[in-house]
Amino acid sequence: MGNKPFNEMYVGDGATRPHYRSYDHWLGEQPAERLAQKRAEADALFHRVGITFAVYGQEEGAERLIPFDIVPRVMPFEEWIRLEGGLKQRVRALNAFIHDIYHDQQILKAGVIPPEQVLCNSQYRPEMQGVDVPGGIYAHIAGIDIVRDDAGEFRVLEDNLRVPSGVSYMLENRKMMMRLFPELFSSHRVAPVDHYPDVLLDNLRSVAPTGVADPTVVLMTAGAHNSAYFEHAFLAQQMGIELVEGQDLFVRDEAVFMRTTQGPQRVDVIYRRIDDDFLDPLVFRPDSMLGVPGLLTAYRAGRITIANAIGTGVADDKSIYPYVPEMIRFYLGQSPIIGNVHTWMLRKKDDLAYVLAHLPELVVKEVHGAGGYGMLIGPASTKAEIEAFRQQIIATPERYIAQPTLALSTCPTFSGEGLAPRHIDLRPFVLSGRDVTIVPGGLTRVALREGSLVVNSSQGGGTKDTWVLEA
Amino acid sequence: MLSRTADHLYWMSRYIERAESLARLVDAHYRMSLLPHDDATLAQSLQATMTALHMEDAYRERYEAIEPRAVFEFVSLDREYSGSIVSCLRAARENARAVRGSLTSELWETLNSTWLDARTLVSRSPHADIGTFVEWVKERSHLTRGVTIGTMLRDEAFHFTRIGTFLERADSTARILTAHQTDLRPGADAGSVPDPFVWSVLLRALSAFEVYRRVYRDVITPVKVAQLLILRDDMPRSLLRCCKEVYSNLRSVTNEHSAETERRAGEMHAMLHFTRMENILELGLPEFLGQFLGKVRDLGDRIAYDFLVPPAEA
Repeated sequence: MGNKPFNEMYVGDGATRPHYRSYDHWLGEQPAERLAQKRAEADALFHRVGITFAVYGQEEGAERLIPFDIVPRVMPFEEWIRLEGGLKQRVRALNAFIHDIYHDQQILKAGVIPPEQVLCNSQYRPEMQGVDVPGGIYAHIAGIDIVRDDAGEFRVLEDNLRVPSGVSYMLENRKMMMRLFPELFSSHRVAPVDHYPDVLLDNLRSVAPTGVADPTVVLMTAGAHNSAYFEHAFLAQQMGIELVEGQDLFVRDEAVFMRTTQGPQRVDVIYRRIDDDFLDPLVFRPDSMLGVPGLLTAYRAGRITIANAIGTGVADDKSIYPYVPEMIRFYLGQSPIIGNVHTWMLRKKDDLAYVLAHLPELVVKEVHGAGGYGMLIGPASTKAEIEAFRQQIIATPERYIAQPTLALSTCPTFSGEGLAPRHIDLRPFVLSGRDVTIVPGGLTRVALREGSLVVNSSQGGGTKDTWVLEA
Repeated sequence: MLSRTADHLYWMSRYIERAESLARLVDAHYRMSLLPHDDATLAQSLQATMTALHMEDAYRERYEAIEPRAVFEFVSLDREYSGSIVSCLRAARENARAVRGSLTSELWETLNSTWLDARTLVSRSPHADIGTFVEWVKERSHLTRGVTIGTMLRDEAFHFTRIGTFLERADSTARILTAHQTDLRPGADAGSVPDPFVWSVLLRALSAFEVYRRVYRDVITPVKVAQLLILRDDMPRSLLRCCKEVYSNLRSVTNEHSAETERRAGEMHAMLHFTRMENILELGLPEFLGQFLGKVRDLGDRIAYDFLVPPAEA
């Protein structure tokens, strides 16, 4: 890993960075017992409110808390403005790309991306070819994972354009911090985030099928046993819309209705939180019990908006990721504000050769993997693990990409022995509709185990409140 | 609102009400068991109660004989038995969780912490004192009801919640009466000396002991007890009161095909409103209660069919 990671709170000689000074001063004055008591209080509150996620493969009904750390991740305003600009730019280009792929495919014709990379991708949905969606927007809600490298530069690690989750933790973490430490919010100008549900609803209404004056929006969930169920229920409640399951909806005459106590009611926009594969058993997985038969027919007829659109996975795949900076140049004629992490594509001979020779220093990821599974972190692996992975790579190199092992930036975090630096990332949520909007900040995830770089909640990650400090 | 949402709300409140009814029954018997008493009478009362609630078979699978301590623990704390108080609290919470977005956060947090606390109490060893536990369940039910009334918008969600509460309560009052009735017929009252043990259990289980004294200022007689619990409009757990509430809430959620269901609810209410104790005795109290329970079941089925998720689809 070579270089020392960037510490968000302190500079190399131990001095506090300017935007953290006031917080650090406050922290120094807090008795250890008060902080310990506040941490226990946060735990009890999260349990009572039921802010939990279901754990797959555990006893039925098992629900866990995602650990919450009380030290916020703080970002100065100027830094956020630059990041915001970069995120908007990136998501605009990604939406333009998806529209292009399902229409004229100019980017493929221009030779910027090899056609087979897109058209042979399992996430490419031929059913979407030629389908027009309102405003040409496909990724209405995008979660872009941002990391900071050892030079202090922000980089995009991953785009999530299908059903990104985590925004409820961003909102609940802020509520919790304000409840635990109200005094901090009177002494710091923290940009608010609690209007996110309003912005989201407005955004979803703005992409209703044309001609619908007062659209009915619903949130579609797989049900109470889904790992992100809390978030689905939370967002539906905050927006004041119905939380539906597939069984609550049906299609008649190419229009979608929900079953209510007063009979069928027309639905115009579905904010879906289930994958493409499960949406319509007549088109995708016939064994899906979660979907709505005929939904795709209504969709193709332009009678319903589905957010995010079907087929967005073609743009957030790890094999497409390396081309996003090119997309920004191609569609917007701009140079990217936030860069990618350097990525070797192992289907290329030269890249493969380099990676095989440097496995112990690199991170190798499966192109279709998610949640931190199916990857090799070279520096943290044994020789035997590396060799085993090498054989997998040689067998099917096109299934993998590789990246340098990033020294993700760190933030002081409560561990067993008190405060210690832990690696973090950031997932801002970018909303696209009539405009592109982002509430300041996002969800900061933290790898709680010492030295760990995996921030996923399924693998021992926690979260922090994220502060953008207004000037 | 979504039919499935209404269904979860309805069952959420039915389960909370059921937990409270069971807690009241356990509480009444438990108090009696602490006083000097005849073992056979207590066992008989427990037996009759479990029969009326269809709990006997499940109990017999686990225990040989009716033994008060075992019955109390079985009805209150048995997590393996789906009809126990703790299972009802769990079911109420699971239903609430499925529609937590339609509840006020106060109501959801109340139901959620009730279940979390119940789980802790049940897994504690040795078990919590039964008297304390059922007292706590009653308090949580009171709290849940108070939060429901104090925080929920008076919309469909509220009405379906109330329909669940009162249908369950009507069912429960009728079953408790069934378990403790004597075979009342015309003229039976005059000379009979009621068993004070049985009648005070019954009255306590329905929060009616003090009410009885206040209303009748007289010794306890079976006919007056039946009258109080069936025909008094001002008695919160009487059959008349429950039917009145079911009817009025049902009328607030009326839809295109619910006319017959409303008519039947109205008929039940009108019958109780206009009938007299003499008519009930002519039919015989057991027959009357049997018919009433049949009508409650029918009404529940019709409500599910008209508004909620019909059992076949669920």
